Amino acid sequence: MTFSGWATIVLFAVILTAFAVPLGGYMAKVYTGKRVFLSPLLAGPERALYAILRVDLKQQQDWKAYAKSLLIFSLAGWLLLYLILRTQNAFFVPHALNPLGYHSAPWNVTFNTVSSFVTNTNWQYYGGETTMSYLGQMMGLTVQNWLSAGTGIVVAVALIRGIVGRSGKGIGNFWGDMVRTVLYVLGPISVIGALVLVSQGVIQNFTAYLTARTITGLTQTIAMGPVASQEVIKLLGTNGGGFFNVNSAHPFENPTAFTNFFEMLLVLIIPAALVFTYGRMTGNRRQGLAVYATMMVMFLGAVSVAYIAEAHGSPAQHAAGLHTHVISGSGGGNMEGKEQRFGIAGSALFDVVTTVTSCGAVNSALESFTGIGGAVPFANLSASEVIFGGVGTGLYSILLYVLLAVFIGGLMVGRTPEWLGKKIEAREIKLAGLGILITPLAALFCTAMATASKGGRASISELGVGPQGFSETFYAYLSQANNNGSAFAGYTGFIQPKAGNLGSHGVTFADLLGGFDMLFARFAPILFALAVAGSLAGKRVSPAGLGTMRTDNTTFVVLLIGVIVLVGALTFFPALLLGPIVQGLTGHLY
Amino acid sequence: MRRDILTSIIAIVVFTILLGLVYPLFITGVSQVSFPGNANGQKIYVNGKLVGSKIIGQSFASPVIGKNGKAEEKEEELVTQADPRYFQSRPSVTEGGAYNAAASTFSNRGPNDKATKEADEENIKSYLELNRLYYPSLTVAKIPVDAVNTSASNLDPEISQANAWIQAHRVAAKRGLSLGTVNGLIAKYTDSRGLGFSGEPGVNVLGLNLALDRLTRGK
Repeated sequence: MTFSGWATIVLFAVILTAFAVPLGGYMAKVYTGKRVFLSPLLAGPERALYAILRVDLKQQQDWKAYAKSLLIFSLAGWLLLYLILRTQNAFFVPHALNPLGYHSAPWNVTFNTVSSFVTNTNWQYYGGETTMSYLGQMMGLTVQNWLSAGTGIVVAVALIRGIVGRSGKGIGNFWGDMVRTVLYVLGPISVIGALVLVSQGVIQNFTAYLTARTITGLTQTIAMGPVASQEVIKLLGTNGGGFFNVNSAHPFENPTAFTNFFEMLLVLIIPAALVFTYGRMTGNRRQGLAVYATMMVMFLGAVSVAYIAEAHGSPAQHAAGLHTHVISGSGGGNMEGKEQRFGIAGSALFDVVTTVTSCGAVNSALESFTGIGGAVPFANLSASEVIFGGVGTGLYSILLYVLLAVFIGGLMVGRTPEWLGKKIEAREIKLAGLGILITPLAALFCTAMATASKGGRASISELGVGPQGFSETFYAYLSQANNNGSAFAGYTGFIQPKAGNLGSHGVTFADLLGGFDMLFARFAPILFALAVAGSLAGKRVSPAGLGTMRTDNTTFVVLLIGVIVLVGALTFFPALLLGPIVQGLTGHLY
Repeated sequence: MRRDILTSIIAIVVFTILLGLVYPLFITGVSQVSFPGNANGQKIYVNGKLVGSKIIGQSFASPVIGKNGKAEEKEEELVTQADPRYFQSRPSVTEGGAYNAAASTFSNRGPNDKATKEADEENIKSYLELNRLYYPSLTVAKIPVDAVNTSASNLDPEISQANAWIQAHRVAAKRGLSLGTVNGLIAKYTDSRGLGFSGEPGVNVLGLNLALDRLTRGK
């Protein structure tokens, strides 16, 4: 461990908060229909989009109408993306947008990929530069990066509206929220962010792959493409699907230690800001602060564990005789699967940032993390992505936990639980409970199916021996259920003998199981969150009395952390024991 | 229901044009005008020929020429041998030979795998064979981890300073340069930490090797 490593972690938390507070305020204005500084520029396009979509903003939707619009829109996106990916070398696709003439992936892999991008998961059984045309990446995957992110955000906003609503059943208008999210939130940050990335060395072009003749007489082919425009929204929307196979470890996606820091900020900025938006919209900023504190404490805990574990090195390295402490000119540690420019701290921090959120981008190989270092992403996923979480999904998920904590707290002090002046009754608790349990259920069910069947075990990599094989499998379905998309990349659902998809085939079992895992664990919790919003929206607000349990002080933060850890640990501990914990506790090699 | 379907279809088409076409083309246009070098991959030309990209790692091994005068192949991959006159990049396991920048990949070596230990041992052996002659006190305990562990992308353009300082003994001897001159070049091609605190310093191998070639071309 080094001083600069710890400094990176601390400064990151400070800078993130400094940006998140003003952005949270800005977003609160956007979603309450107030004027913001970008209004003179964007009000015109906004009105034009409403006209084209024939949307009347005055028409408030109740939760069922909101959910219906959301589901049908997602389905339309699913179908179009499937069409685009399955016709990437059709006659009408211009050569410039598929310069290498790549064929489409088989139906089962495409089913998995499409489900993955529409659910904001971006699980990838394919390698970008060896299977995807520029057209598929740009008009297919990038578009869903925006829209699936938008879907998450609008659900969170709708839930906040339900919590604060005083006038009946309306929780907003789905189309209005989506248009505003794209224009006012994702749009400006993406355009500026993409240009910052290009200024540091991320590529953005449509040329065919380059062929270089190296100085020792070898030939090197170098993949190209419109990377920056996809990179920025992949991070900002907590999507995580890399343009290249190795994601943000690729020098063309993440060229320097500065871009690494900037990319981590992009990932967390909206999830962090939304917490402050919540505080503003409820009219009580301390509510937002309490949730933020909960997330930050758990986040810093996770980062510290990962950093210490990775800096220590792995049993395999030590068995080979390597010394992994810091020496002059080398940071030491477990450098297997890590890039020199990021070092141990930059890699550990990045992977915690992207696994607490539903981003799932990686800048180092999770499969090569030490047992305990690799257990951190597991733990983050086991907390069902409520530590910041995905854009929107993080907030609506943790608010369900808040509801549960209020209920448990209420039982402990023997009062009718109240939250922000609204009585919490059986219906809300049932809905929140289901919303919380869906994701773990999907993850464990799929892991069990995949471990117990021949079809599932076919996906385990050659190197996945002993507990590593179980870790791979468990992580795959846990990550897909949480719509995260990071992977112990040895687990595969796609056999591709050579670049361009010729002769390639999918592993149907893994592709379909994973696809349904993602779809179910994405849309079912959304429905429960919206139902909670609808249920709360109609409730009357009673003034806080002496007996009201406060939800904005330290006691509540501790209670909330306790509830999250308890639910996560009780659900996942037995499974975690079999994989990463075994590996972390033993020096034994398999 | 029908209304939602209609709105969805219009919306997905409009958003696809806006976000899938207008947005990336706008970014491409601005990038190509403002940062053409970066946007196109920081290509490096020597005598008008493309030798690589500044930020993509390369293999500095030469093809082994067999008895028949042709480059040897094994399992459709060229057999290569590290060229001792050049600084060597980190190990790479990309398909079709090291540093294939058209197919980046993780090595996916687990922390508790025997295979990982064996791969490390093999890399340690090659590293010692290559450098010990010129740096007799080199032992496995002194080898910096990056020299024998694969990177994440397997396209890492950089090595650690400690790794470069060890290799400097060999390169200086092979090229008839003083160790001081080579270490001076290493310092010149070392990228410092981002913003002064983030990440680790690293030595750009391709940049360094090209500078060495320029320096010793006359000799």
